[in-house]
Amino acid sequence: MTQAKKLVLIGNGMAGVRAIEHLLKLTTDAYEITIFGSEPHPNYNRIMLSSVLEGGADINEIVINDWDWYKENNIELHTGHTVSRIDTDNKKVTTHLGLEAEYDTLVIATGSNPFMLPIPGADKEGVIGFRDIRDCEIMIETAKTYKKAAVIGGGLLGLEAARGLLHLGMEVDVIHRNAFLMNRELDEPASVMLKRELEEQGMKFLLSKQTASVKGNKRVTGLAFSDGTEICADLVVMAAGIVPNVELAQATGLEVNRGIIVNDYMQTSIPDVYAVGECAEHRGVAYGLVAPLYEQGAVLAKHLAGVDTDGYHGSVTSTKLKVSGVDVFSAGSFRDTPGTRSMRIQDDFAGTYKKIVVKDGKLIGAVLFGDISDGAELFSQIKKGESIEGREKEILLGFAPGGGGAKKDPTAHLAALADDEIICGCNGVSKGAIGDAILNKGCNTVGAIKACTKAAASCGGCKTDVEGLLHLYAGDAVGEPVKEGICGCTTHSRDEIVSEIKRMGLKTIKEVMNVLEWKNPEGCSKCRPSLNYYLGMLFPEEYVDEKESRITNERYHANIQKDGTYSVVPRIYGGVTSPAELKRIADVAVKYEVPLVKFTGGQRLDLLGVKKEDLPSMWEDLDMPSGHAYGKTLRTVKTCVGNTFCRFGTQDAMGMGIKLEKAFERMNAPAKVKLAVSGCPRNCAEATIKDVGLVAIDGGWEIHIAGNGGVHVRATDLLTVVKTEEEVMEWSSAFLQLYREEATWNERTMHWVERVGLDYVKKALEDHEVRMALKDRLDKAISLQEDPWKKIIEDKELRKNFEQITAPQPVQS
Amino acid sequence: MTTKFLIANLSDIDVKSSRKLKIDDKEIALFRLSDNSILAVDNKCPHKGGQLSEGMVCGTAVHCPLHDWKIDLRSGRVHEPDEGCITTYKTEIDHESGSIYVTI
Repeated sequence: MTQAKKLVLIGNGMAGVRAIEHLLKLTTDAYEITIFGSEPHPNYNRIMLSSVLEGGADINEIVINDWDWYKENNIELHTGHTVSRIDTDNKKVTTHLGLEAEYDTLVIATGSNPFMLPIPGADKEGVIGFRDIRDCEIMIETAKTYKKAAVIGGGLLGLEAARGLLHLGMEVDVIHRNAFLMNRELDEPASVMLKRELEEQGMKFLLSKQTASVKGNKRVTGLAFSDGTEICADLVVMAAGIVPNVELAQATGLEVNRGIIVNDYMQTSIPDVYAVGECAEHRGVAYGLVAPLYEQGAVLAKHLAGVDTDGYHGSVTSTKLKVSGVDVFSAGSFRDTPGTRSMRIQDDFAGTYKKIVVKDGKLIGAVLFGDISDGAELFSQIKKGESIEGREKEILLGFAPGGGGAKKDPTAHLAALADDEIICGCNGVSKGAIGDAILNKGCNTVGAIKACTKAAASCGGCKTDVEGLLHLYAGDAVGEPVKEGICGCTTHSRDEIVSEIKRMGLKTIKEVMNVLEWKNPEGCSKCRPSLNYYLGMLFPEEYVDEKESRITNERYHANIQKDGTYSVVPRIYGGVTSPAELKRIADVAVKYEVPLVKFTGGQRLDLLGVKKEDLPSMWEDLDMPSGHAYGKTLRTVKTCVGNTFCRFGTQDAMGMGIKLEKAFERMNAPAKVKLAVSGCPRNCAEATIKDVGLVAIDGGWEIHIAGNGGVHVRATDLLTVVKTEEEVMEWSSAFLQLYREEATWNERTMHWVERVGLDYVKKALEDHEVRMALKDRLDKAISLQEDPWKKIIEDKELRKNFEQITAPQPVQS
Repeated sequence: MTTKFLIANLSDIDVKSSRKLKIDDKEIALFRLSDNSILAVDNKCPHKGGQLSEGMVCGTAVHCPLHDWKIDLRSGRVHEPDEGCITTYKTEIDHESGSIYVTI
């Protein structure tokens, strides 16, 4: 084996590391790789920074290659090091902290810097770019204490920053020099539609404005414009463009124009020195989008690995923007110039716009607004450069085979794409790679494709295309439409399974799986608990609950924490306790050295960090029932003090809450169920974001349903208004039993009600007899349940599962 | 060097369940499958270190209680699309006495 060559990469960003990833696929032993990065992070997805601001992703989630990846691939990584000198004579680089590294091959991937307007005051505190994690952190921090933000630049980057700042709760002014937003990527009609849409989201625009100076002392207080007007601002984000970061290359003596000049193999003017990504300029173009950078990286990797490549020939770029529900797309030359002809459709009612530009019979550009599903096909057509003469209308109206303007088959354009077309621009995943995942790797959901290929795993803009491909491939290959069962073990839906159980009187999980021909004989962590629930719901008296088919928390009647310890929440009805009870909880916490005691959002006490082996004896010492804070059951009934003490209270909220909690305690349900009771319309118990929420009014109760305060906040729908506590019990029991009988396992009330419709629920519950029958069935089911903690304390066989096996004895083998 | 230990009796572990034990510094999860075979693995999910002994047993696999990674208990391999693998240990059962042995 020949001695490995030393490869040094300057810049730990997307383009450079992507090239390395590609290189490692081609050869693992040809190079010893060292990477220098200025930022203190592993390689992350810069495009996703806007998702971080919008709250869709956590900073850790946008990491592309974590620290382990570098280790596993024997890459020496130096973060926090900015390379300050390249000595091309002696072939070595030096960082600003004095670290040196020799190279045989050097790759410069220093990316670009935000273009900071050279105006007075641009160096004040509170003036930033939008480029890296640090900028995001500053925005998030600033939004906590300041109110007004100004974004300079109404292009892609500026609008993403503005959207993120809006999400962080700031008021945002976007200042743009041009009269039209995204004027480089969109034509005027699309730009006007975009502006209208974003204004509705709360963004404010100052167009045709030139910023003259940044006002303020140490920190920014506002902006002044060339026309003499001013605005206030506590934070200024400069997003007026990017400039290739070429300082180091210039100092090294490389040929530099706007970017570092490279040839088709990404070689610079000095031998063994390459440049790739935003810092490079190829045939006069420095790209700032991810797809061309990936194409460059692939060429560079092949060249370095000695694999045949005919080089990089430049990219035709397309732009996709997704800001909170607004989809825009543009590609190629979409402006009307002498020699071009265009066609367009604008639909202000549906909020869509489409324009195609034709020159010499060929499609050369397109703009889409509102519906961008044709983007990939148009882009492909532009790149192919074939004549479309006579088909212009067909293309404008959607790619309907045979034309006619009818609504096209949504998968037709995907079928027409070549295998190497990129579907997911963020992660560079081609149509062929997605097809392979579906046909050969058994991916049958978008989630599986995402996990397998990373397609649609970043901005999500290509999800529709990925879904389309799923139908295309799975449909053709399997010869039947893809039908998703409740999990990968079956093609049966929840309703089919439940009706078959009823029809055939199936009485155990094993029987259901046998009769309905499960693919995996013992099922999985999704279908086993589902079936266990359905059987228990259908046959409360006969069915013997299978503890091994319960999820971990329900099996051990405590909440598992990330370190394997558990948490204990005793039942405190309605959140009303007593000094004696509190003392007992405190004593137990001290005795078992509980590391953390916390009040929960549901007015309970949570003892966290408990060792599993201590659980049964803690429960015994507490001598309180399980609070069921861990299961798909009734969790808590939160209450306000109501008329017992409160001068506004109109009803006994605590009494009502306790009554409800005692009635529904231990109720198994498809998903967790939370209740609240407020004693007056001020609603201090936040009843309108609960599965069932009661709000007292003078002389009665409002019964609200299907609210949620979790991932998706949803306010409740009003089910009905009743007069007495008996009626409250009747209606809420009936609602809960209907939910128990008809919802899918793991489906919260809000999703169920949205699926079946509020009218359906109201209609199903309108009859008193029906309500009473539902209530009877619920009462019966609950009466058969006993307190799980007590049961475990008293049963040695159950209790042993909480203990470790002790005293292993070595034996002669 | 490996050592064989007598660790438990078949009746100590419920079917489709698990118990954990420590040998020296190693924490081991012991599983009893529905065919009454016993499998032993390191009690640590390669993803975020979740205790596999707390997970759900389906066929010859266990689902990690933290993020539902599925791990084959015979090979120690993580099922796709996730990746990784854990150490497995040799087990023996004396069917007459029910004694379970594991070799570390």
